[in-house]
Amino acid sequence: MRSWDNLQGGEKATRMDIAGVLPLDMAGTIIVLWLALGVLGLTLRGKPHLIANAIFPAGAVASLALAAIGLWALGAAADVAILPLGLPDLPLHLRLDPLSAFFLVLLGGASFGVSLFGAGYFRSMPGKTLGLLCLEYHLFLAGMALVLLADDAYMFMVAWETMALSSYFLVTTDHRIPDIRKAGYLYLLVAHVGAIAILLGFGVMQGGQGIGAYTFDAMRDAHLSAFWSSVVFLLALFGFGAKAGLLPLHVWLPEAHPAAPSPVSALMSGIMLKTAIYGILRFTFDLLDMQQWWWGVLALALGLLTAVFGVIFAAVQGDMKRLLAYSSIENIGLLLVGIGLTIIFHVYGKDALAALSLTAMLYHSLNHAFFKSLLFTGTGAILHATGERNMGRLGGLIRKMPWAASLMLIGVLAIAGLPPFNGFVSEWLLLQAFLLSPGLPNSYINMLIPVVAAVIALSAALAAYVMVKFYGIVFLGQPREPALEQAHDAGIWERAGMGWLALGCVVLGLAPVFVIRQLDPVTQMLIGHGLGNSAGGWLFLTPVDTERASYSPVYFLLAVLGVMLATALAVRRFYHGRLRRGPAWDCGFPEQTARMQDTAEGFGQPIRRIFEPFFRIEREAPSAFDTHPHYHGRSDDRIWLFLYLPIKRITETLSSWVSVLQHGRIHLYLSYTFATLIVLLAFM
Amino acid sequence: MENTNLALGMLFQLFQSLLVVLLAPLLMGWVSQCRAWLQNRSGPGLLQPYRMLRKLFLKDAVIAFNASPLFRVTPYILFGCMWLAAAIIPIIAVDLPFSPAADVIALVGVFALARVFIALAAMDIGTAFGSLGARREMLVSFLAEPALLMVLFTASLISHSTQLPSIVGALAHREFVLYPSLAFAALAFVIVLLAENARIPVDNPNTHLELTMIHEAMILEYSARHLALIEWAVSLKLFAYISLGIALFIPHGIADVGKWDALPLSIAALLAKLVMAGAGLALLETLLAKVRIFRAPEFLGTAFLLAVLGLLIHILLGA
Repeated sequence: MRSWDNLQGGEKATRMDIAGVLPLDMAGTIIVLWLALGVLGLTLRGKPHLIANAIFPAGAVASLALAAIGLWALGAAADVAILPLGLPDLPLHLRLDPLSAFFLVLLGGASFGVSLFGAGYFRSMPGKTLGLLCLEYHLFLAGMALVLLADDAYMFMVAWETMALSSYFLVTTDHRIPDIRKAGYLYLLVAHVGAIAILLGFGVMQGGQGIGAYTFDAMRDAHLSAFWSSVVFLLALFGFGAKAGLLPLHVWLPEAHPAAPSPVSALMSGIMLKTAIYGILRFTFDLLDMQQWWWGVLALALGLLTAVFGVIFAAVQGDMKRLLAYSSIENIGLLLVGIGLTIIFHVYGKDALAALSLTAMLYHSLNHAFFKSLLFTGTGAILHATGERNMGRLGGLIRKMPWAASLMLIGVLAIAGLPPFNGFVSEWLLLQAFLLSPGLPNSYINMLIPVVAAVIALSAALAAYVMVKFYGIVFLGQPREPALEQAHDAGIWERAGMGWLALGCVVLGLAPVFVIRQLDPVTQMLIGHGLGNSAGGWLFLTPVDTERASYSPVYFLLAVLGVMLATALAVRRFYHGRLRRGPAWDCGFPEQTARMQDTAEGFGQPIRRIFEPFFRIEREAPSAFDTHPHYHGRSDDRIWLFLYLPIKRITETLSSWVSVLQHGRIHLYLSYTFATLIVLLAFM
Repeated sequence: MENTNLALGMLFQLFQSLLVVLLAPLLMGWVSQCRAWLQNRSGPGLLQPYRMLRKLFLKDAVIAFNASPLFRVTPYILFGCMWLAAAIIPIIAVDLPFSPAADVIALVGVFALARVFIALAAMDIGTAFGSLGARREMLVSFLAEPALLMVLFTASLISHSTQLPSIVGALAHREFVLYPSLAFAALAFVIVLLAENARIPVDNPNTHLELTMIHEAMILEYSARHLALIEWAVSLKLFAYISLGIALFIPHGIADVGKWDALPLSIAALLAKLVMAGAGLALLETLLAKVRIFRAPEFLGTAFLLAVLGLLIHILLGA
């Protein structure tokens, strides 16, 4: 095999050289390395401990290197390469620009933690499955990286499909369980409906100009009319929305995420959903040269619906991974709101505001990658320790799994948008963008803005509800099953992986100014405007000026910690530190069993009651005289009933009509062919 | 000059925080005393909360066998958060060197952080009342928090800032005209204040009936110094909310930057406003009846709608 450098050809843009090595070359090396590790894992399938102890950590190191490369490339000029592979007239094009670099940082940073966790999590698998899984896992990582680097439609679609198929096989790792096969099928179906839309979008942009026009450069120069631009945008929104879990294409998410092994759920939710966000950004701000204001309104409306829908459904889930999957839907909604705002501001020429909302949105993608991966890996640790996904059978794990519990607490506080963690920073930036927005020329949009801000605030507050439920039911209280007494804490690899992700949540929360400086090239590239340097130095986050708004997480943390410490010392100094342990008080009620605590259903009940029209509720309550009372309740998605089942029925009807033609006899098919030929001849 | 100003500011910041921390139980005592008078009782006296705190601090703490470290650290977190809230709200003057560290959105975040911790601590022991309290607290707050945020947004849009000192500076120096948007916001704010501080009609701070409890149900398992800190934090929270209301809606009298001679006057103004606000709160609580828990979301939904209306009015009419 020739070296990577020889594989490159064509012109190269001005680039930053360090000893002749370029970020793109190194990113390519990482991808090749991942593929090699995957194949190696497959050949080592007789030695599972070797895969867990060597291959996954090596893949993790490669991830970290990729994040470093991305960070380096963020400051560098765009870098292109053409590989002598691919179709006859369309060699594969790669390009590493700030947008790709940012998402590479996200991919590398989050997958480092997940792979470390995987090294511990997958260890107990049988070698044969593990070898295959190792290949799929690294193929999945490589596919995502290639999606981010692709610079022509063919390369993009190949990478996109690699990503979709490898993740499909990962989801169906436990393919002997029928529900998991079903979930995998649904995922595959929605992914392909989306892929067709993306392909059509590329087709419109290529505009019948020949195969050379499938490069992204040709599409950038295509200058489509307003109508065709809109068609491309809608196709992209549909196609990428299917991958991201946008309403009403979200149905696969709550099925596939619980079905997949936890590290895979972490990758899918934390990173793969972001490739869809990347796709929307790439199409809207890079490939299309003009945007229209109503695209922004559409994205805003869809995003809001998705966010509220996701968080309400998360509040009523009883399965912890489904709960997190719905919470991912909510976060994708928030990201889309950010994109919508950016489009609106950009179209009306308010580029400073567009830069602010785009920064908020990018920041939130990065945050979500870290805290959602942390929470999903945490559910993996719980699953390992207890074998239970149903929150109604968990409880009290903080005492058995102190490591996992404290790391998960960071993730929970971060996703609930609480200061001084990272979720708060992006929420703060997004709300600042709303507060600065009045004064757009379109008065309807002006009117829309406060309503949007109100809904965002509502969904953020509901997210806190969901997370209190999640953490409180799983980790706090008394264990709901006797088997939980045997639960063990996360292993050393698992702790390391979760520790890295938790560290990410803390650092992203405490050093926002640094992060925003790194995001500047991305906003510069997409909308030609950056937030620039913050006026308040590195301690104070001041998107506009100090008089208007500022936030300093470091001071915030120091103040709260300082007061806590001073209070604790003062109480001990002036009074005493005496402490006794006794049975719980509970208003003097003597009989307390674990069954008297709220279950997941119980904790979600107020939300189910308030937002009743959103759900399709089935309930089966025992009568008062039942000797073996049994309660059953489920809250389903109405969209499934009103949208998907009719589509399914129509498809079935159509296919039953088509099947009239088919009898399975060869002479009949030959006569069809003959008839077609005659008809064609008659018309020609 | 710059340095002396900063040093003075720091001194002032410390003075304000200490003043608030020491005064907060007194405000609590004043509200209960007013309530007692309105109900034709003689009342326990203004200093009762201090006696209570002293008693609790002297007692031995008893916690459940299975209490985790989270349970023990929560009272301190709560106290720290409320202290921080009291430190960034301009209460007697707008000169607060610490306030750039957290603006109004972060203020809402501080309250949320404290709430999440107390709700988690309530679920830690695993009693029926604990999780009931936590669930209800989160139910009340998921509507109250966005309503508060909308109220603060209205004020921020009028003053073009989310920094509390700038907001107060801008609102205190406008001509005295009634902003309709602020009127809506004020109404919403009062409802949020009642709900977030566990007052009637949403919750009853003096209830003895466990089934109607929200806040009290969450802290049933706490005793002695932990309970004392929580009680103190609760009174700090009430103080912070009332002074936030004062800062937003009747900021006149709060001393400007560098005007040290105005301090005595501003302290007097603050005390007068607090006395009025406390009496008003007691009157409201006496006139209203506690609503069923499932009416609370409607009550708070009203606040949310009012706040959004206020914001819309400001954006559409600029008033």
